[in-house]
Amino acid sequence: MHKVIKPPRGLTNVDFAEMWEYRELLGFLAWRDVVVRYKQTAAGILWAFIRPFITMVIFTVVFGRIAKLPAEGVPYAVLTFTALLPWQFFATAFGETANSVLGNGHMISKIYFPRLILPLASMAVGAADSVVSFLFLFGIMAYYRVMPSPHIWALPLFALLCTVFTIGLGLWFAALYVKYRDVRHLIPFITQFGLYLSPVAFSSTIVPARWRFLYSLNPMVAVIDGMRWSLLGTASLYAPGVAAGCVVSVVLLVTGVIYFKQTERIFADLI
Amino acid sequence: MAEIIVAQGVGKMYRLGEALAYRVLRERIAELIAAPFRRRGNGPGDEILWALKDVDFTINESEVIGLIGKNGAGKSTLLKILSRITEPTEGRIDLYGKASSLLEVGIGFHPELSGRENIYLNGAILGMSRQEIRGKFDELVEFAEISRFLDTPVKRYSSGMYVRLAFAVAAHLEPDILIVDEVLAVGDAAFQRKCLGKMRSMRSQGRTVILVSHTMPTISSLCQKVIWLDGGRVRAIGPTAAIISQYLNEGVQNDLVWSPRHSSHREFEYHSVSVVAANARDDNQDFFPADAAIDVIYDFTVTETLPAARLFLQLRNELGETLFVSSSADGRGGRITPMTPGRRKMGCRIPGNFLAPGRYSITVNHPFGTYDTIHENIITFTVNEQNSTVPRENPEAKLAPLLEWRDV
Repeated sequence: MHKVIKPPRGLTNVDFAEMWEYRELLGFLAWRDVVVRYKQTAAGILWAFIRPFITMVIFTVVFGRIAKLPAEGVPYAVLTFTALLPWQFFATAFGETANSVLGNGHMISKIYFPRLILPLASMAVGAADSVVSFLFLFGIMAYYRVMPSPHIWALPLFALLCTVFTIGLGLWFAALYVKYRDVRHLIPFITQFGLYLSPVAFSSTIVPARWRFLYSLNPMVAVIDGMRWSLLGTASLYAPGVAAGCVVSVVLLVTGVIYFKQTERIFADLI
Repeated sequence: MAEIIVAQGVGKMYRLGEALAYRVLRERIAELIAAPFRRRGNGPGDEILWALKDVDFTINESEVIGLIGKNGAGKSTLLKILSRITEPTEGRIDLYGKASSLLEVGIGFHPELSGRENIYLNGAILGMSRQEIRGKFDELVEFAEISRFLDTPVKRYSSGMYVRLAFAVAAHLEPDILIVDEVLAVGDAAFQRKCLGKMRSMRSQGRTVILVSHTMPTISSLCQKVIWLDGGRVRAIGPTAAIISQYLNEGVQNDLVWSPRHSSHREFEYHSVSVVAANARDDNQDFFPADAAIDVIYDFTVTETLPAARLFLQLRNELGETLFVSSSADGRGGRITPMTPGRRKMGCRIPGNFLAPGRYSITVNHPFGTYDTIHENIITFTVNEQNSTVPRENPEAKLAPLLEWRDV
């Protein structure tokens, strides 16, 4: 076994073979985050449900009852909860990912491992919460007697889109956060305002047609529309919007990986 | 013997101001916007420091190498480059074998997880496979002497148990090259002997070990060869006894002041930690008379309120035995005064007529909001026989307190 340590030159490639070598570490870190999260809060698993549930109730009352926004023919509660599910995943996983490098700073400055493992592992908490919420979603659908639509086959594809977008944005912020500490204030800003910019509390059909494409540059629009379409069978998808969401997500992922790899060289010096 | 590590012209440069200037994204964006209108000049950020320069050495298979030098000589930087934590600015190092580094024990330990869970997690971080850990699990638990507490969260462990567990995982690594920083200086004397024994057996198994230590007895007893770093350059390489005597003859190897090379940009930042005689008659003292009180001064800036932060002082003697640990929260009935933003100096006074003549080292913590990191043996100082109340011919005694004797 021969390893050479020398100064970096140009763009660094992702060493997939090495990532594979460290797959157990990825698993352990993901498992640690999930276990710790559910150990620390007594109502751990319940918490994954309570938050979206209360939000759903508020949105249903405010947007469905008071503002009387259209519900695309499904109960308003089901409409919002279906959107809250990917949104909660994004908000949790993005927050965890963005904080993953700095939050594990003591590891970065004391030992080597492929740094990309940290943001990847920190997606696990969001994923675990989502699994719990999914079960509740089916419960709510059963309560309102909403049958899953025949498009349900597409659900994993939209889940994948949501994951790609979250990792991409998360990688950018994880690396930025190490270099610029005021990014910390930007992260909650994105997850709080994003909630109202994305069609979580309402249907994206209320966006005027001429703004629809611009609106769809936010990949969460495609994710949420897609989730509703594949699960609830709401009105047909806005194809250019889905395409835009996919392109934006992939671009974010690719540039995110590049930026992360370029910045990781100085992580240990900055932390 | 075959060469296992070859370093050629290794250098590491830090731009001292760089990180500081670009700390805030808002400012960086403003800078980018302003950039076309400004000439590129030498800002304050262009101060350069070579932490390592032109470092060459060759290490053969199954050698145990000691790395010595004063604070700031580049020992930690070299270890970090060898461990691939940071990259060199120039030069190259060839490693012909699997390298593992132990710059700290218990990396990634989580207080909420049980001993068993932490063993697997820490093992994975150190690069062991699950299967490998499972195979060594019983041996490891026995080494750590914690079998009864395997399923207890480590937050309930005593610090001794915690350290034993952490070291046990580390001690069961089986790399070709092991890079160790000062981690032997943990735990009680009995456990340290066990660790030293483990290091010796690694040597006999033909593993290569690179060890940084401030404690010369440890270096002498373990290493065949020593690399002496001075000001980022290799001062001398050679057989242990010769280099150590040269090093010690160089003058008193005391490090009375420590200041981190670059700031951590966190809630808590050290400017320096230093030791001074409480009523210093002249500043430039190499020794502390036995009757002089010694002040350990912590100079730091806090940028946001830290509700539970406290400072520690751990004093070790030359054998690496911990004589005491003191905390800024001691004697306050568990109430911790929050640290508020601003620059502060805190002192901890070690009374005179307390330490026996000898050399001592100080380890401090670095409190962050959520966890502490430890700076091991950052200060070394010597207490000499002058005004000593305890003669040196009593080697059993580790302390020399002046106690009150009277008729009762």
